Amino acid sequence: MTRPTRTVLPPEALDPTDRAILNALQDGFPLTLRPYDDAGAALGITGENLIARLARLRDLGAITRFGPFFDAAAMGGAFCLCAMAVPADRFDEVLTKVNAHPEVAHNYERTHALNMWFVLATDSPEGIERTAEAIEGETGLKVMLFPKLEEYFIGFRVQA
Amino acid sequence: MTVLDASDRSIIRATQAGLPLVAAPYAAVAAAVGLTEAEVIARMTAMQDRGVIRRIAVAPNHYALGMTANGMSVWDVADDRISELGARIGALPYVTHCYQRPRALPDWPYNLFAMLHGESREEVEGKRAEVASILGPACRGHDILYSTRILKKTGLRLRDE
Repeated sequence: MTRPTRTVLPPEALDPTDRAILNALQDGFPLTLRPYDDAGAALGITGENLIARLARLRDLGAITRFGPFFDAAAMGGAFCLCAMAVPADRFDEVLTKVNAHPEVAHNYERTHALNMWFVLATDSPEGIERTAEAIEGETGLKVMLFPKLEEYFIGFRVQA
Repeated sequence: MTVLDASDRSIIRATQAGLPLVAAPYAAVAAAVGLTEAEVIARMTAMQDRGVIRRIAVAPNHYALGMTANGMSVWDVADDRISELGARIGALPYVTHCYQRPRALPDWPYNLFAMLHGESREEVEGKRAEVASILGPACRGHDILYSTRILKKTGLRLRDE
């Protein structure tokens, strides 16, 4: 898969069918023998055309991924959003220590007293607590845990 | 927690980078992992029913699609309204990553998180106002956190065994 690019596509890069694909395929994709034919039929295009368009959208960077999204918790693992309030003069030092943990997936600097926000992804629920405690021990700073309690997902919609 | 057997895990490893872009993608996965096409479809259907597969879908690149500004909005919503209002906020077209999360009092009173996307900071601020008006008096306070730097970004991968 191509990496997401930090480039904005010109509006004419996507035609109305591409936009319809982006919207429709966020909701799901059939588990059938010829799923592209089936999903394409709902969009008024052939399966072959849908495959070509998905490949192009991927190569353009309009989509970052197409496929199954797995639930870490259902696979026995865990995800947790975490935040830390890192003093400005220690930011780089703390960042190095936090990022050194392979369990740290995404990490963002944000505009708040809680200025470092990262996601821990571990292969067991206990791994979250263990990694957070390790980071606290290494940095002397508190790691606040914000596990998801409920997800309200509908998806992002592009202007059709 | 759901127990996955070796065949399930081999299907996960074969598809976590993406579903093959060929006419019969489950047959291609089957060939790669040594199962039949029917077995792959049956196992993936079962995994979807159990929630191991949340959905098979595209992930749009918001930035490439012009949504270059985003903010993590956080809201303190009355507990007895959160399910209903969370679903309404999650349904807004410019919202992703809409979750109920625990408060961390006294420092952090917010229990609803929603990423707001827009073409500019101004547009995101306008959407923040829209969300505030939808939540109305059920929301006792809110904030929005903009990202200033990506410090790390790696995909989740199931380890090879």
